[in-house]
Amino acid sequence: MHFSITNSPHTDRPNSVVENMLWVIIALVPGTIALTWYFGWGVVIHMVLAGVAAIAAEAFVLRLRRRPVKPAIADLSALVTALLFAVAIPPLLPWWITLIGILFAIIVVKQLYGGLGYNPFNPAMAAYVLVLVSYPVDMTTWLAPRMLDPHPLDFLQTLGVIFGQGLPQGMTWDAMTSATPLDVMRTELDMNKMISEIRQSPLWGDFGGRGWEWVGNWFLLGGLILLYKRVITWRIPVAFLGGLLVMAMLFHFLDQEAYPFGLFHVFSGGTILGAFFIATDPVTASTTPRGQLIYGALIGILIYIIRTWGGYPDAVAFAVLLMNLAAPTIDYYTQPRVFGHREADGE
Amino acid sequence: MDARVEQRSERRLYRFHGGLHLPDNKHQSTGQPVRPAALPTLLVLPLSQHIGAPAKPLVAPGDSVLKGQMIAAAQGAVSAPVHASSSGTVVAVEKRPVPHPSGLPAPCIVIETDGEERWAELPEPWPDFEQRSADELIQRIRDAGIVGMGGAAFPTSVKLDPDRPIDTLVINGAECEPYITCDDMLMRERADRVIAGVAVLRHLLGVRQCLIGIEDNKPEAIGAMTRALAERDLPATEVVVIPTRYPSGGEKQLIRVLTGKEVPSGGIPAHVGIVCHNVGTAAAVADAVLEGKPLISRIVTLTGEGIAAPCNLEVAVGSLASELIGQAGGYSARASHLILGGPMMGFALPDDGVPITKAANCLLAASEREDPDPGPALACIRCGRCAEACPVTLLPQQMYWYAKAKDLEKVQEYNLFDCIECGCCAYVCPSHIPLVQYYRYAKNECWDQERERKKAEHARQRHEARVARLARLEAEKKARLKKKKAALKKKPDAAGGAADPKKAAIEAAMKRAAEKKAKLAQEGVTPANTEALTEAQQRQIEQAEARRKEASDGKQTSESP
Ligand code: SF4
Ligand code: SF4
Repeated sequence: MHFSITNSPHTDRPNSVVENMLWVIIALVPGTIALTWYFGWGVVIHMVLAGVAAIAAEAFVLRLRRRPVKPAIADLSALVTALLFAVAIPPLLPWWITLIGILFAIIVVKQLYGGLGYNPFNPAMAAYVLVLVSYPVDMTTWLAPRMLDPHPLDFLQTLGVIFGQGLPQGMTWDAMTSATPLDVMRTELDMNKMISEIRQSPLWGDFGGRGWEWVGNWFLLGGLILLYKRVITWRIPVAFLGGLLVMAMLFHFLDQEAYPFGLFHVFSGGTILGAFFIATDPVTASTTPRGQLIYGALIGILIYIIRTWGGYPDAVAFAVLLMNLAAPTIDYYTQPRVFGHREADGE
Repeated sequence: MDARVEQRSERRLYRFHGGLHLPDNKHQSTGQPVRPAALPTLLVLPLSQHIGAPAKPLVAPGDSVLKGQMIAAAQGAVSAPVHASSSGTVVAVEKRPVPHPSGLPAPCIVIETDGEERWAELPEPWPDFEQRSADELIQRIRDAGIVGMGGAAFPTSVKLDPDRPIDTLVINGAECEPYITCDDMLMRERADRVIAGVAVLRHLLGVRQCLIGIEDNKPEAIGAMTRALAERDLPATEVVVIPTRYPSGGEKQLIRVLTGKEVPSGGIPAHVGIVCHNVGTAAAVADAVLEGKPLISRIVTLTGEGIAAPCNLEVAVGSLASELIGQAGGYSARASHLILGGPMMGFALPDDGVPITKAANCLLAASEREDPDPGPALACIRCGRCAEACPVTLLPQQMYWYAKAKDLEKVQEYNLFDCIECGCCAYVCPSHIPLVQYYRYAKNECWDQERERKKAEHARQRHEARVARLARLEAEKKARLKKKKAALKKKPDAAGGAADPKKAAIEAAMKRAAEKKAKLAQEGVTPANTEALTEAQQRQIEQAEARRKEASDGKQTSESP
């Protein structure tokens, strides 16, 4: 009797890329709901917009490259890139900025380098930096969280704003938007205010900005889901948060009124999202176990440095891209000891 | 059972990196006792069922052979003979399909059995093996054609003749790979045989201690072995229960678990004072030494959803897989792939018309559910799961990257040759990349490259030697001529100028030659090799000779390409 030949292992495989990507999408749900709750429908609209654009762009490029389109779309990686980009941008960002970001992420950062697995930079973060540098005003105009905004926009109004219809009658940008907590902290520290003073403002919650800290918490839940499903390992997020916390605590200890305490940093801006969803992007991260610890810790430290002394209030994207660049070198110098290559330490 | 618990708490066990908890799928084939398979009408015995040089046939078509008769002899130090597993007539010595990943046919001796099972005259049983010298025992084991029966098929006698003192004998009863149960059944049913073999090996190697490692998912085997051991009362010999974790049955992994020692990269267990044998091998050693029987049968597991009645059969070596499957109830409707060996390290057979060899432990007829098509491989997303699972602490993703890029130097820098091809990496890879295939391919490429390099080196040496030889011959000729010339010159002086016509002719010829030479020199042409060797030339020749000698001593071959 004849049989067809298959490759080993001759078993069912417990993992698949699609499954991993699906879990990333699922893990984004709690954070997305929180974002929507505090900042309105914008995030959902951008997710849909970005998702459609990413898949279309991927299909287009693959057709140009004469590569099979279906498996690449089916691996969901383009969708994940789009969703991560969408949750990172301000909810009322004009639609075309999102479009530019996504086209850049998929066509330039991902496909020009050869597609999934070959891109040295995290596409979502590279796109984020591109639009941040190109459209700094739009990219730093955040809505105030719902408890501070007396007239939240409904779905259609939000859609209208994103697609250039302007604000509904009687509403002004000034009334609706507010700087992000990281922004406020920076500008007010620059004005030589003390931290205890700054925290008197109604913007502040228990550790970070009101609303913001909760968004962070829900993304953290998503991160724990990823850990539990073993989509990611603990090394990068733990080292990332550890690096950031150690820096923050050290400086806070030196001067309590000039450097915000550690948890403020953890629950502000894109920290949690970055630690669990962005820095853990396997393609662009370090791949050796020790390398991942170094990679994560350095991102955390870089974020602190850029936030505190750099030119931008948030720094997750910059820090991640910088470390993407360093990842191959880290990998090279952190190769594990191979079995039988030195005296065993067992005895 | 008490002893087991005691041992568990007594002996410290060690961990190896990575590894997997796999669904073991062993119960399917352990329901019934081992049955002897019916004698097949045709036996196909490959000449190369072991690692090393193929055996040399001792019979020709038409010869009648007896059961247990040696029909092919070992050739060279690392080799093993082949015996007829039943009596009958040799019908062919030719290439036949064999179970090999390459799928290429290989030389086999084909025997048509006569059903009479007439035994050849066997060497005398040695129940008093303690009286025998190690050399005698090793020779007996070699003549019995015993090879590692856990799958590696390395000639056992070679392992029993280490060039350094051995402290520990490790007996491998781990059987870590899913589905395979032949060692489990052997230990359950013939523990005394295994222990008898252990006693022989123990005596032969003169070891201080002996550790029998069995994974804790085989309680019956552990019980049987513990009882058998208690009856024998071998000194410093223990059944050690180890946690079930693939691939703890890998030789280096088992040694690590039991002793904490790491066999050095590129080394063998003897380098850390250990010799490791499989339980099946131990039983075969018992047969050979205590009864004089060569290795002509083994237990084979037939299992998987593609087999109607999974079981273990005691099989004559050389039986065809197709016949054995018939005896296990035939294929079920769900059979979709046939695998020789286990699901992790075995390979797919394109056809079931291949013989069972000495090292074949399992035929797995897998259903589509058991061995689904993983779909096209995606790109490596560098998730590092493979590195986490690798028991050798390699970086499979980097090896894959360089293997794919055909950068053989880099892939070896990432320690390709430490890879044991266990398949843990490929199992966990979310991109479903057939990683092990890439490593096998890269290893083959490296070997080819090494061969090419050696060949080129050889050719270069041959060329150099030839040049040197020609130069030397030329030099000798010149020296002779010169001597003659001198003699000729001297003679006329001595003889007072009286020249015979022959000499005159020679002289005339020499004069002509000298004139011609002078003329050529005038035209600016110097004929080659017309002068005696200069000192520098002589030195060059000597150097070439020395290089050649050095190279043929093999001093340059240890460097990797
Ligand atoms: S498990 Fe597969 S996808 Fe992940 S790093 Fe290893 S080879 Fe790449
Ligand atoms: S097959 Fe090789 S690389 Fe893969 S896990 Fe096993 S030893 Fe490691």
